[in-house]
Amino acid sequence: MLRQGITGLTRVSRLLRVGANSRPALSGGIRLYSKAASNAALKFADDAALETHTDTEAAAREQTVTRAAATSSPSEVIGSSTSALQNAYAENTGFGTRPIYLDMQATTPTDPRVLDTMLKFYTGLYGNPHSNTHAYGWETNKEVENARKNVANVINADPKEIIFTSGATESNNMVLKGVPRFYKRSKKHIITTRTEHKCVLEAARAMVNEGFDVTFLNVDNEGLVNLKELEEAIRPDTCLVSVMAVNNEIGVMQPLKEIGSICKKHKVYFHTDAAQAYGKVPIDVNEMNIDLLSVSSHKIYGPKGAGAVFVRRRPRVRLDPIFSGGGQERGLRSGTLPPPLVAGFGEAARLVVQENDADIAHIKRLSEKLTKGLLSIPDTSLNGSAEHRYPGCVNVSFAYVEGESLLMAMRDIALSSGSACTSASLEPSYVLHAIGKDDALAHSSIRFGIGRFTTEEEVEYVVDAISKRVKFLRELSPLWEMVQEGIDLNSIEWSGH
Amino acid sequence: MSSLTRTQVLGLYKQFIKNANNFNDYNFKNYFLRRTRASFRENRDVKDQEKLNLLYTNALKDLGVLKRQSLISQMYTFDKLVVEPLKTEHE
Repeated sequence: MLRQGITGLTRVSRLLRVGANSRPALSGGIRLYSKAASNAALKFADDAALETHTDTEAAAREQTVTRAAATSSPSEVIGSSTSALQNAYAENTGFGTRPIYLDMQATTPTDPRVLDTMLKFYTGLYGNPHSNTHAYGWETNKEVENARKNVANVINADPKEIIFTSGATESNNMVLKGVPRFYKRSKKHIITTRTEHKCVLEAARAMVNEGFDVTFLNVDNEGLVNLKELEEAIRPDTCLVSVMAVNNEIGVMQPLKEIGSICKKHKVYFHTDAAQAYGKVPIDVNEMNIDLLSVSSHKIYGPKGAGAVFVRRRPRVRLDPIFSGGGQERGLRSGTLPPPLVAGFGEAARLVVQENDADIAHIKRLSEKLTKGLLSIPDTSLNGSAEHRYPGCVNVSFAYVEGESLLMAMRDIALSSGSACTSASLEPSYVLHAIGKDDALAHSSIRFGIGRFTTEEEVEYVVDAISKRVKFLRELSPLWEMVQEGIDLNSIEWSGH
Repeated sequence: MSSLTRTQVLGLYKQFIKNANNFNDYNFKNYFLRRTRASFRENRDVKDQEKLNLLYTNALKDLGVLKRQSLISQMYTFDKLVVEPLKTEHE
């Protein structure tokens, strides 16, 4: 082998030499040079660095330029604002440049242990898990079933009740569209809430076009569903109630058990979108009477592009599949499963169970520290219920500061003012509107996400940076000045131009 | 399996710390250091030999993962975080 390789190389270098000779102007010295170069290349290959570095700062710079070009304002305005904010940036020399990641509701870093499980599927275990005629299929199928067991274990479900999908959006669509379509002859009504994730709201809206009635329940100013209102909204022809477990923007936890018992009493299917709750807050599908539940892998340190839906078998919940095909996954989701993603998801699920106590204690401790630090800034408020919440999601409003400008001044911290899906648009969050926040407050709120890999040092840095920059931005703001002078902002009649 | 000695466990702990420190990624490094310290402390008073052996075999598996993944972390590197002090190359 080695010998062949070497002869191959000499052949290549001979070819090179021929190539060099064919160029008359460059012949002569080139021959010697090319020989030296090929030697150097060989030598280089021996001690080539295995390291491949990703320059994230360059990407960030490029993004800034693109964004600046996209906005209608001329570049000089941006230039001046950056210089005005210069002292708002922490220009700590001697430290790195990559921002601290505090957007755990958008996605989480992949756990190295998950990657370790996935790698063997990209290096050798490539069989189709649905091939049952040979060992390649059997070995991946075994791993997939093992993953299914781990995923089911988190919510105390039976492995047979887990259907793997591409993510929570697919799961939600499957349920919101599949269940009503199956029962459409007798049932025509769906109930959901106003604070759901976009994919549930849009799927429900799509069902309106198919002739279904949809009730969007309001939430109180803590973000919680009124159980009495929910019960009153249930009609004889209601087939599905869909309420999310933990809100993605404000981290509010709905009373799943109570909702489950109401649904059971009225014999209505209960679906919960648990993308933000799965593995983070205790969920037991039997105790809480949950019939359908959506899960996403990348919110629990798993790979992106995998998810699952729990579909109860006893009593059986039936739904029309969206995909037609080979009948994989009990016929509900045809298509070949991606074993690397599914196995990674399974490992992530195993880890959330294994690390549960440690994670909860760590996240709670950091969350308390962060909340305390942020709320000690004057005129700040926590959005959503303070008690019924997942501690890893902290949504805070900073009055008299524009949220987007705070985010702009925060190049060193990766944060979001709401869900990642809507962060491209500048309109204020519909979730904050639903809990009764006005436009100004909705505009000035920021979501902080804490996870397994967040460190205490990072939280301290964030609290310090935010306090300084909120103070700085407020000093620039004429509104803040007016408030300091004792003018009630609501009493002002703004004239529009 | 014969009974575990104190030296064996301490050696394992050292290996864990060493490999966790090899992570290039700030968050992963700190996480594994924190978890290693906490779990060894947690199981410090375990006397039951059977349980000890189980913990030891599981820990060996985890150590394998840690060794592989810390290497990968060194191969695929990214810029340092804003909380990480930069070390000059020629120190």
